[in-house]
Amino acid sequence: MSARLAKQKGEWINRSTAVKFSFEGKEFSGFEGDSITSALWASGEQVIGRSFKYHRPRGILSFANHDVNIMLTDGMDTNIRGDVVPVRNGMALEAVNTDGGVKKDKNRFIDSISPLLPVGFYYKAFHTPRKLFPFWENIIRKAAGLGVVNFNYPRILKRKKHRHCDVLVIGAGASGLSAAYEAGKSGLRVMLVDENLQIGGSLGFDWGGTQEAANLLKDLLAKVESLPNVEVIAAAYAAGYYPDHLIPVVTADGMIKVRANAVIMASGAFEQPPVFRNNDIPGVMLGSAAQRLLHRYSVKPFSNGVVFTANDYGYRVAQDLLEAGIKVAAVVDLRSDAKDGPLAAQLARRGVKTISGSCIYEVQPNAGKTGVKSVTVAEYDEKLNEALTRSKVTIDCDGVAMCAGWAPAANLLYQAGTAMRYDYGVHQFVPNKLPAGIFAAGRVNGVYALEQKVQDGARAASLALRHIGLGTPELSSVSPSNTAQSHEYPVVPHPKGKNFVDFDEDIQVKDFINAAKEGFDNIELMKRFTTVGMGPSQGKHSNMNAIRILARVRGVPVEQIGTTTSRPFFHPTPIGHLGGRGFHPHRLTPLHDMNHKLGAVFTDVGAWKRAAYYQVPGLSLADTVLAEVEAVRTKAGIIDSSSFGKIEVHGPDAALFLERFFTGSYSVQPVGSSRYTMLLDESGVVIDDGLAHRLADDLFYLSSGTSNAAAVYREMQRWQQMWQLDIGLVNVTGSYAAINIAGPLARQVLSGLVNVSLDESAMPAQSICEAEIAGVPVRLIRVVFVSDTTYELHIPTPQAAFVWERVMGAGHALGLKPFGTDAQRLLRLEMGHAMPGIDTDGLTNPYEIGADHALSLDKPDFIGKRSLQIIAKRPLKKILVAFALDAGYAGEMPFECNLVIRDGEIEGRVTSIAYSRTVGRVIGFAYVAPDHSALESRFQIRADSGALVSATVVSSHFIAMQK
Amino acid sequence: MKLLTCPVNGTRPLSEFVFGGEYRVAPPADCTDAEWAAYVHNRSGAPGIKNEWWYHAPSGTWFIAERNTLTDKVMRTYLKGQEGSK
Repeated sequence: MSARLAKQKGEWINRSTAVKFSFEGKEFSGFEGDSITSALWASGEQVIGRSFKYHRPRGILSFANHDVNIMLTDGMDTNIRGDVVPVRNGMALEAVNTDGGVKKDKNRFIDSISPLLPVGFYYKAFHTPRKLFPFWENIIRKAAGLGVVNFNYPRILKRKKHRHCDVLVIGAGASGLSAAYEAGKSGLRVMLVDENLQIGGSLGFDWGGTQEAANLLKDLLAKVESLPNVEVIAAAYAAGYYPDHLIPVVTADGMIKVRANAVIMASGAFEQPPVFRNNDIPGVMLGSAAQRLLHRYSVKPFSNGVVFTANDYGYRVAQDLLEAGIKVAAVVDLRSDAKDGPLAAQLARRGVKTISGSCIYEVQPNAGKTGVKSVTVAEYDEKLNEALTRSKVTIDCDGVAMCAGWAPAANLLYQAGTAMRYDYGVHQFVPNKLPAGIFAAGRVNGVYALEQKVQDGARAASLALRHIGLGTPELSSVSPSNTAQSHEYPVVPHPKGKNFVDFDEDIQVKDFINAAKEGFDNIELMKRFTTVGMGPSQGKHSNMNAIRILARVRGVPVEQIGTTTSRPFFHPTPIGHLGGRGFHPHRLTPLHDMNHKLGAVFTDVGAWKRAAYYQVPGLSLADTVLAEVEAVRTKAGIIDSSSFGKIEVHGPDAALFLERFFTGSYSVQPVGSSRYTMLLDESGVVIDDGLAHRLADDLFYLSSGTSNAAAVYREMQRWQQMWQLDIGLVNVTGSYAAINIAGPLARQVLSGLVNVSLDESAMPAQSICEAEIAGVPVRLIRVVFVSDTTYELHIPTPQAAFVWERVMGAGHALGLKPFGTDAQRLLRLEMGHAMPGIDTDGLTNPYEIGADHALSLDKPDFIGKRSLQIIAKRPLKKILVAFALDAGYAGEMPFECNLVIRDGEIEGRVTSIAYSRTVGRVIGFAYVAPDHSALESRFQIRADSGALVSATVVSSHFIAMQK
Repeated sequence: MKLLTCPVNGTRPLSEFVFGGEYRVAPPADCTDAEWAAYVHNRSGAPGIKNEWWYHAPSGTWFIAERNTLTDKVMRTYLKGQEGSK
């Protein structure tokens, strides 16, 4: 039995191309341009899904992208929306929420036991005993939810595009098209987006039996197409509103992030179902759904229908049904004065009777509940909101078109912070106060008549252009419709229920009344208790009725109930659209390839990849590191330190800047020398340390550790903003590579390569000079970080690899070995250097790490000085000491962060610990109480197992303990 | 994503900026210890119009933003030391 009509004007289908597919194992065919649902409906299939909770048979409701009872799977994708997804050749589809197929769903018995399952049943019934909950949870979780996620789904990267425009118009119906045209006439960049496959909105289907809408659509389309600066994007929904007019527009193959100067929301309204018994039987659908079927797909919604209406829209639907040759058995109108109006008279002339002041009391389904057999019509008492069942009439029909009103598609308006008000003329929420740059037009603004929608679009465009700064004259405002487009209470009680408010979640009128009785009488609480609006359509067809019911239960006006919070995204969006590329930038040193060739294993240090150690075949990690350390102690080692922070401070005030920024003294520092730098924050906590090398009176070259470098440079910039000294700051971290050559033979390695003397007298510790190495100009610094004899070379980045190779070549015969950060940490520990960030935390002050020598408290000021004055008055609570475990200790190895325990109480903690082969002992740093910090003091460390390990406070110059 | 206007580089997306905390003037060096401790450790969380440090990371520009933390509306941004100029 085909429900396909003869060719209709404006239809979306292409009758010359047939599409073959299967549904629940049965073969079907449709046309190119059909949605899955329209192709099935045309073939006579009316049960296309099962409801969420009671597993009732369901068909078409809205045809507006929230027919969530028709969700399908093709084995790969799940929750495919049949009402909007185009059918494709070869699709093999099944309904998602069934056990054993949509026709013979084994769960359909749940409908008959539904009185046992009121809302809140699960919360209450399975709450206790708690130990049984996991059992029930398993069953409930299986029952809840719709489609099954396919865990073998391939990762399909969806691209993200960024676009900018002057005016973004959301919704391409009458008002949106008009707004886009008016805005586009200015020559500005206009984008018009619409979620439907073809633009036009209701102009494409809501005809009311005339050609007026279709002609207007043709005219508006031609106008918009004549403007090259108006870009139209169909099949794309505006998914949310983010600050400063950022709107993600979701298309099938990715997301467009649109930044607009002004936004016009012409998003229209969702048709709302009246609530009566069995309003969910297949064949009962919204009037706009019937019109969409007729005019987009040329499919009959039913062949003999009843229109149940509470507004003038129902009469337009009836006219369209008649035009398509469908019998209209009656128009049932909730309004008592309807039958005397001109619309009823027009229908009467075509032989259709209007029954006013009445409601559909219930729908009688056919035997299998798979379709409509007849409807019972009764008088409706608008005061009591009840059907008067003494005067029931039964009308045979096979379908119902429902037209009770609308809810504005105001989700993005709410998200943008629009204050809405309830308009008692149109009986709808309309924008009251719009945020700057946001404008509303058309039905979302309460404007319904065709001509007025066009005007309202133009008006919104004029305001948008004025907002952008064009001197466009402001058009006069268009008032919301003064006749009600929505009924204020389209709800018919029925003792047997099954009068559904939310079709997603099978929520009936009594569920709301019960929820209110239980005390959940605030809209947000009611939402969570009943789950209204929490299904896949997110309340698009149910929230307004829920608000109306709650208002009635509480006896307050609708506007006092308010609405639930509207959050992005407006429509379910596949995770694949949101997933990013996993972009984690990291920095490689100029010597990265050199390190790689030498077998380096890299580790992350801040944003950098640094060599942790150089793998030697057949050697364990611990032995590898100890061998690298041994090379430095006995011969020479070389490390790539290019990631060190390097900052130049130029200018007459350079020394003054350092004096204020760091704790030490720099104004009298001789050119060619290096001094220790320590940075505190304003509360006196140690942040970072490093070295200041003076290259000239007005030029300091600062070097510091890797991880803090960017943050320290940023702080320098901030303080310079405040101090406004006569200096320049240059971050040259990337301009120079750095390598350290350390060990007793370091001088010998370099002496043949550099053009300066490396003698102790010419190049003592803590000195710097500019030199040439193999003809390359370098900054040559004598440091003591990892060994007493260490030369640090700062080489212009392009020449780094060349110099590295020359040094490696010169050192080869002397036993020069590369070492990584693991060995470096042990080497610095042996040298007794505590490191900020490792041996300090976010509360450590300089006194606690014995850094008094680094503080020049006689300076006028430096960051943290005032706090140190206060700290110095108080007794110290803890102090960092160097310690060693007993010689020959072979027990459990304590770790960093193990606690120092005295008399069962926590005294401090270990911050660094390692076995040093050089010293022949386990050495480290730990915090202890000041009373116990003297040399030779003993304390105990609690290892992971709980065992107490004895340690002795020693001089931090561990290397002097060498066996 | 919000937009923020760097006084040097113009309006840019928020992801290019780093928040630097509220801009507060330190009390004079001869203040009491309690006054200094209050300056260092206490912050006002009350919503309202605040002057905040912001850093435009790609260009290394620190500036002050006058922002209503209740409405998240930025009234103006300026370089420190150029409060008077617009």
